[in-house]
Amino acid sequence: MTSTTEQSERSGINVARLLMSFGPLMFLALLIVVFTVLKPSFIDPINIFNIMRQISITGLIALGMTFVILTAGIDLSVGSLLAFCGMVAAVVAKGGTANTLSLSTAGTQGYGWFAALLAAVVVGALAGGVQGFAITRLKVPPFVVTLGGLTVFRGLTLTISNGGPISGFDASMRWFGTGLIGPVPVPAIIFAAAAILCHIVLRYTRYGRAVYAVGGNAEAARLSGLRVDRILISVYVIVGFFAGLAAFVLSARLNSSEAVAGIGYELTVISAVVIGGTSLFGGIGSVGGTVVGAALIGVLQNGLQFNNVSSYTQSIVIGLILILAVAFDRWLKSRVRR
Amino acid sequence: MPAAEAIVPSPALLAVEGVTKRFAGVTALNDVSLEVRPGEILGLLGENGAGKSTLLKILSGVMPPSSGRIVFDGVEFNPHNPQDAKRLGIVTIYQELSLIPTLTVAENIFIGRAPLGRFGLVSWRKMEVDSRAIIARVGLDLDPATPVSALSVAEQQLVEIARALSLKSRLIIMDEPTSALTETEVQKLMSIMGRLRKDGVAIMFVTHRLEEASAICDRMTVLRDGRLAGHLDRDKGPSGGPIKLPKIIEKMVGRAASELYARPTLRDVAGDVRLSVRGLRTVRDPQAPHAIVLEGVDLDLKAGEILGVAGLVGSGRTELARAIFGADRIAAGTITLDGKTIAPETPADAIALGIGLVPEDRKHQAIFAALGILTNFSIAALGRYSNAAGFMAERREREALASYRKTLSIRMASPEQPIEGLSGGNQQKVILARWLARDPKVLIVDEPTRGVDVGAKAEVHQILVQLAGRGIAIMMISSELPEVLAVSDRIVTMRRGRITGEMPGIEATEEKLMELMALDQTQEATQ
Repeated sequence: MTSTTEQSERSGINVARLLMSFGPLMFLALLIVVFTVLKPSFIDPINIFNIMRQISITGLIALGMTFVILTAGIDLSVGSLLAFCGMVAAVVAKGGTANTLSLSTAGTQGYGWFAALLAAVVVGALAGGVQGFAITRLKVPPFVVTLGGLTVFRGLTLTISNGGPISGFDASMRWFGTGLIGPVPVPAIIFAAAAILCHIVLRYTRYGRAVYAVGGNAEAARLSGLRVDRILISVYVIVGFFAGLAAFVLSARLNSSEAVAGIGYELTVISAVVIGGTSLFGGIGSVGGTVVGAALIGVLQNGLQFNNVSSYTQSIVIGLILILAVAFDRWLKSRVRR
Repeated sequence: MPAAEAIVPSPALLAVEGVTKRFAGVTALNDVSLEVRPGEILGLLGENGAGKSTLLKILSGVMPPSSGRIVFDGVEFNPHNPQDAKRLGIVTIYQELSLIPTLTVAENIFIGRAPLGRFGLVSWRKMEVDSRAIIARVGLDLDPATPVSALSVAEQQLVEIARALSLKSRLIIMDEPTSALTETEVQKLMSIMGRLRKDGVAIMFVTHRLEEASAICDRMTVLRDGRLAGHLDRDKGPSGGPIKLPKIIEKMVGRAASELYARPTLRDVAGDVRLSVRGLRTVRDPQAPHAIVLEGVDLDLKAGEILGVAGLVGSGRTELARAIFGADRIAAGTITLDGKTIAPETPADAIALGIGLVPEDRKHQAIFAALGILTNFSIAALGRYSNAAGFMAERREREALASYRKTLSIRMASPEQPIEGLSGGNQQKVILARWLARDPKVLIVDEPTRGVDVGAKAEVHQILVQLAGRGIAIMMISSELPEVLAVSDRIVTMRRGRITGEMPGIEATEEKLMELMALDQTQEATQ
C-alpha cells in the first residue's frame, strides 16, 4: 500500500516538474496558435523572422542576465551599458564623434566593423567587471551597484555623444543588423549561436556547475573550495559582454548609435529571464528557459501589434504575464515540495 | 518561617503529566512528567537528544504532544500556536532571539499592542515612559528609543524577558540563555533571575552548564534519551545548599552505553602525525563580539586515527575546525601538515592541501538544496571530473557517484534528484562522498550525525571508522558523548576556546569527559 502511494506521489511530482520545465514553452505554443487563428498571416515566415530579429537584441542581453540571476544577482545597468557600448562602437567605426550620415565610405577614417565590435564587447565586459568588483569587494548589493551603473553609463554615453546620435556606418557593419543568410536575419543567427554557446557553458562545463552552486548556496560553495568572488565577478563580465554585442548589432541594424538607446531594456531582459523560469533567488534556471521567455515576450508584442492592439495595452499585458508566470512557478514549486 | 508553609507545598503552576511525543517511528519524549511551582527556578537538564527541545516546543505551542496532559494554572493547557501559548502566560525565550533588530527597544516591547492616545494614534510618549519602567524591572538602564541592533546579546535577552514580564507571563522558559554571554553577563542574568523568583515568577532554565544550573536552580529535572531520568532538589534545611554536581552528572549520563553505539574493535593507530596545531589563537570579530575566540590551542592529529573533539555549544570546537580549514582568520599560531607549515587563507587553499570539512550546519553550509545530487557530490572535485578544456566528464562523474552510492549505501532516486528530497542521513553521506572524491589527507567532520536518524547514525560512524582505516586523519567534533566515545581513538575536550583535556578513547567515560567539558578548570581559575 505504501509503495503505491509513494508511486502515485512520485508521478504527481513528475507532472509538476514537467510543467515546471515546459510550462513557458507550452504557453508560447498556445500564444502562437491563438495569434495564427486570429490572423493566419501571423505564421508567415516573414513575420516569424521579423519576430526573431526583434527579440535578438534583448535576447542576447538576457543570455548574459541568466548567468547573473543564476547567482542570485541582478543587473539593472544593461540598457544604459548597451547605449554606452553602442556609442563606443560608433566612435571606433567612424573614427570620431562626427555625426555624418555619409553614404560613401570612401572618406571615413574609421577602423572598420571588427574593431568596432571588439571595442563594444571589451568595454561592456570591463564595465561589467568593475560592477562585479564593487559587488564582491566593496560588498555593495548588486541592485545598488547596477542602479548606479544605470545612471553612470547613460551619463557617459551622453557625454561622449553630446546627446545626439552617431550615424552612418559602412555596409560591412550594417550587414550584422540587416543582412540575411538565406532567409534568416543575421541578428537571429547571432542570437541562436550565442544561446547554444551559453547553454553548453552552463550545462556541460565546470564553470557552469560553479555558477549554479554559487547561486544555490554561496556559503556552501565557499566551503566546497569555489572562489565565489571570482565567479560572481565573471557573471557581470559576461552580461556586460553581451550588452556590448547587442549594442553592436543594434547600431548596425539602425545604422546609428543613439544616446537614448536601450532605455527600459533591463526590464524586458529581466522579464524574459524570469518568465523563462530562472529563479531570482539563484541556483535554478536555464538558457533554454530564457530563450523561450524572450520568444514569449517577442511573440506577444508582435502578435498584439499585428492585431492593432496599442503599445500602451501591450505593456499592461506583458506586465501581467510576468506576474502570472512567477505566480504559476511558485504554485508549482509549492506542489513539488509537498 | 511559618511551619504551615513547609508542610503544604505551593501548588504547581505548571504540571506536565506523562507527556509522550512520537515522530515517524521515533519516540522523542517518553512519558515525561514534571512540575514548576510559582516563584521557583526549575533547571531542565539533559544531553543533546535527551528530549529537551521537544518538550520546549510542546510547552511553547509549536506542536502538540502525542499523548499526556499539561495543566497550567489549574486548567488544561493546549495551545494551538506560539501566540496562544504566550497569551495563556508561558513565554519561551530561545537562543535565537525573536526581537526585530531594526525597531527600537520600546517598539519591540509593545509590538502589536502599542498604547494609543488621542485620535487613536500611537502615543509615543506613553510607550517610552512605560517601556522605561518595564526594562527597569530587569535592571536595564538604557534609552527605550535605542534600536535593538545596537544592543549586546545579553541586553537583547533582558529586553525579551522584560517584554515577557509586561505580557504578565507567569512562566518564562529560557533555552540556553547563557551560551552566548560573557562571565559578567551571566552573573547579571542570574541576579535578575533571582529577583524575578522573589516576585513570584516561575522560570524554567534549560541549560548545559552544570555549575550555573547548580548555582541558581531550586530544583532540577533531568531528561535522558527522551525519558525522565529523575528530579533533584536543593538541599533542605536552613543552609539550603545547592544541588551537587556529581549528582547531576550521574543522572545525565547514567545509562548503559546504547547498543547503537557499539564500539568498533580498537584499531592499531600508529600513524605519523599528519596535522599539527600549535598555539592557535583567533581574533575577536568586531561584527560578532560575543563569538568564541580560540586561545593557545595545541593539537596533533595522526594519520589513520579518529580524534574526537568533545565540547559544548560555544566551546570553540567549530571555530577550531573553521580556523584549520581557512574559513576564519587566524591571529597567531602555526599549523603543519605532514611536517610542512601551512597557512590556508581560504577554504579553497585548505582543500587544495588535502583538508576537507563536513560542516556543522548542513542546510546552510553544506548542501545546495535545489541542485541535483550529482552536483552536490562533485562540487569540491570539479577539476577531477572535467577535462583540460573545462568540460565536465559526466560519465566519469556519474560512475564515481554510482560507486559511492553503493559503498556508502546512499538511498536516492537518481543523480538528478534535488538533494533536499533525501533524508538527513543520506544527505550527509553525499557530503561525505563529496570529500572522499578528493582523497583528503585530513577530514574534519563537525557534528556528523546532527539531524540524522538513529539507523543512519551508526552507518555514518562505520564510514568514519573505515575512512580512518584507509589512513585518513579524521577529526570528529561532537557534542554527543556516546558518539565521541563510540568512534574516537583519542579524545580532547574543549571549553571556552581552550583545550581542557586529552585521553585515549579506551580510558574515557562520559563522566570524565563531562567534567572536562562543563566544569571550570583549576588552571583557568588560577589565571
